[in-house]
Amino acid sequence: MSSGHHEHSEQQEHHAEPGFWQKYVFSTDHKVIGLQYGFTALCFLFFGFLLMLLMRWQLAFPGQALPVIGKFFSDSSMPGGIMLPEFYNSLGAMHGTIMVFLGVVPLAVGAFGNYVMPLQIGAVDMAFPKINMASYWAFFVGGVVMLVSFFVPGGAANSGWTSYPPLAELATTGQTLWLLGMVFLITSSLLGSVNFIVTIIQLRVKGLSFMRLPFFVWAQFVTAFLLLLAFPPLEAAGVLQLMDRLAGSSFFLPSGLVVSGQLMHNSGGGTPILWQHLFWFLAHPEVYVLILPALGIVAEIIANNTRKPLWGYKSMVYSLIFLGFMSFIVWAHHMFMTGMGTVINAFFQTTTMIISVPSVIVLSCLFLSLWGGSIRFNTPMLFALAFLPMFGIGGLTGLPLGLTTTDLHLHDTYYVIGHFHYVVAPGTIFALFAGIYYWFPKATGRKMNEVLGKLHFIGSFIFINGVFMPMFIQGLAGVSRRLFDGGASYYHAGPVLKLNVMMSVSAWCLALAQLPFIINFFYSMFAGEKVTSDNPWQSTTLEWATPTPPPHGNFTFTPEVVRGPYEYSVPGESSDFLPQYQPVKG
Amino acid sequence: MMLEWLHKLGLPPVASVHGVAVDVAQAGVHWLMLVLFVGWMGYFIFVLFRFRRSRNPQANYQGVKSHFSTYVEVAVVVAEAVLLLGFSIPMWRQRVEAFPSASQATVIRIVAEQFAWNIHYPGPDGIFGRTDPKLIDLTSNPLGLDRNDPNAMDDITNVNQLHLPVNKPVIIHLSSKDVIHSFGIPQMRIKQDAIPGMSVPIWFTPSVTSEEMKKKTNDDKFQYQIACAQLCGLGHYRMAGYVTIESQEAFDTWLDEQGAKAQTSGDDAFWL
Ligand code: HEM
Ligand SMILES: [Cu+2]
Ligand SMILES: [Cu+2]
Repeated sequence: MSSGHHEHSEQQEHHAEPGFWQKYVFSTDHKVIGLQYGFTALCFLFFGFLLMLLMRWQLAFPGQALPVIGKFFSDSSMPGGIMLPEFYNSLGAMHGTIMVFLGVVPLAVGAFGNYVMPLQIGAVDMAFPKINMASYWAFFVGGVVMLVSFFVPGGAANSGWTSYPPLAELATTGQTLWLLGMVFLITSSLLGSVNFIVTIIQLRVKGLSFMRLPFFVWAQFVTAFLLLLAFPPLEAAGVLQLMDRLAGSSFFLPSGLVVSGQLMHNSGGGTPILWQHLFWFLAHPEVYVLILPALGIVAEIIANNTRKPLWGYKSMVYSLIFLGFMSFIVWAHHMFMTGMGTVINAFFQTTTMIISVPSVIVLSCLFLSLWGGSIRFNTPMLFALAFLPMFGIGGLTGLPLGLTTTDLHLHDTYYVIGHFHYVVAPGTIFALFAGIYYWFPKATGRKMNEVLGKLHFIGSFIFINGVFMPMFIQGLAGVSRRLFDGGASYYHAGPVLKLNVMMSVSAWCLALAQLPFIINFFYSMFAGEKVTSDNPWQSTTLEWATPTPPPHGNFTFTPEVVRGPYEYSVPGESSDFLPQYQPVKG
Repeated sequence: MMLEWLHKLGLPPVASVHGVAVDVAQAGVHWLMLVLFVGWMGYFIFVLFRFRRSRNPQANYQGVKSHFSTYVEVAVVVAEAVLLLGFSIPMWRQRVEAFPSASQATVIRIVAEQFAWNIHYPGPDGIFGRTDPKLIDLTSNPLGLDRNDPNAMDDITNVNQLHLPVNKPVIIHLSSKDVIHSFGIPQMRIKQDAIPGMSVPIWFTPSVTSEEMKKKTNDDKFQYQIACAQLCGLGHYRMAGYVTIESQEAFDTWLDEQGAKAQTSGDDAFWL
């Protein structure tokens, strides 16, 4: 682009019509970037899910050849259609990595944050549109690096999404690409987070004070701080691990390692535990990055579809901020079994119990918001409602993992897998679906089909519980996670082994249950029912004040906010909603 | 009652002294979880029914006015505090500080490697012989034991076969040669990562012998196992060790046999 010309034209009211590349590919418009993020992230989510479907075959029928599809894999991954343990471990590590860093975060923050947040605060765009574009492309490159890693000798990273050394440092080339990919992904998130923070602080429209912000914006605000403060240690740690692998340093390797009977000649003197501290210092806040935007989406949809204000908006906001702070001092609860003294252990147990309190408050407020409502059961609302008990299960099952006594038995078992999947799958993913159904009409001008939507909801709800509920049972029985044969080598797994088949069948049915969504998504995009209003859900927040879909620059008037975000069913008003931007009468 | 439910669900029978307290805490937390969940669900389903649009066309701006939820939150905090201060922190202190004296315990070393558990008994002298990574040989000397060290003469080493006497505390010094593994015996309610470069002691007291457990579970094939809980490579899934809990006499006999074998065979590969 010729920058001189561009700067000149930026001052004008209407921009010169950009070409295809600038409009859809290298765009600086937050909405286009949001959609790019969304589309890419959905593809990655689907891909990460496919990896898991493959793993579930091996877990249900260990050592048996995978019919039909198995033939398409190379001899270094599935000779004769039978999965190798190395490949299983790759799939596991990449499922985790892709779901977290390439699926949920980009969708929740990159897509919803980018698309909706500036609209909700009445901004014309993000504060730094070019940084925004850079953030998407860094993410894209990171994703490509991760994908390419499947094709290097030895396959993709296979040391878990946690990449604990020394295992990760002994691993094949895929691990190097994993680290490089992570550096891009982290950079992308850092660029994004700075942009979000500045935008929310600087670009709120007149009258939009912090306590009038939609809860979704608050969630993005806190999330951005988490990303900004938590990611740099992992970026540093990733570079250190890269040095260990490539330059012969030993940040995470102790002296005297003996691998396969051979004494390793590394410089030594490092400690594997250091990596765990750096990793979890990021990754615990990261799990709140996965959940806070979801809470934000659910809050918007619940307020809108109960036709009443959120109950306890202020306590929700304060809890959110407190949650953000606390999330930085609980990380070592992922390391309870590394050998801790009483004091450190008591500290992290206590902070972990404390952090459950604001989570309970936010969830309670959402539950209580339903009381007295006039509840509309449309598809977004169904997903948002289902989020509540599912996230509840995820949260509650965190308690026995957070207390070290009970964690002695449950640590690193399937109980953990069940716990965090209830948070991120029927929790966050449901919220993200809710968000897609809810904001789809704004982005496309068409509504998604309700019948297909409800079909999608019911199938997903049943089968997702079929996948994850049995994991608690296996975990109680003591079945370790990340087992290539699903526990068949162990006596204690015997009684609960048959659940593996049920979980796998549920997972495959869950995949089928996504068909209505995929059909609905593309069908509605081109042929869905057109919305007749810019505000089809009769909502109060600013994103609905724009034309549909919002043009470059977003608003056709300069909105001014005169009231709180959820003024539904205000007594004495004729309409059951008072938009934030609707001038006060008289 | 909760414990019965958990056992029905799959929780293995407990077989260590402290494990009983772990299970009490386990039942306590699960009660708290169940009560909260059932309470919330009851409320949730009622609300979805009572406040559906067709029944309640006009929403109430105010919503809930009672302070009931505040009481619930306070109750949750109290319950968590009880679990934390009453059970969890004291229990952890007992785990990591209240070690029995070595003279009253069975003391062993366990060194994990991809994908086996090397078990090291100090022998009659009660002193572990010197080990050196340079001496490690995968087949003949996986622990790198220096057989020239007088303390090492009577040491007994073994792969994947852990024998322990019942009702006597055992202290295990745990470490690893290569990557991080995690030592867990589900029935003992014990778990600890085995980390290269660190030696971490753990202790517990087995309370049920393997034979008793066979009767109790009505299953001749019952087997205590060491389960690796930390991803340690492609063989993680099969990194099982075998644990036999037996009477002191049976244990002593076994140990003598192992010692004799080590003396006669002249190298450490007696288990092969
Ligand atoms: C809804 C479909 C999903 C299914 C059926 C599924 C299933 C599983 C299973 C069975 C495992 C354990 C594998 C093992 O221990 O060997 C696993 C691991 C994991 N999953 Fe998922 N999952 C799903 C969605 C998600 C989502 C949405 C996320 C994140 C946002 C996620 C993140 C992870 C992570 C981080 C791990 C741990 C990977 C590791 O061991 O390193 N999963 N998943
Ligand atoms: Cu292991
Ligand atoms: Cu392992």
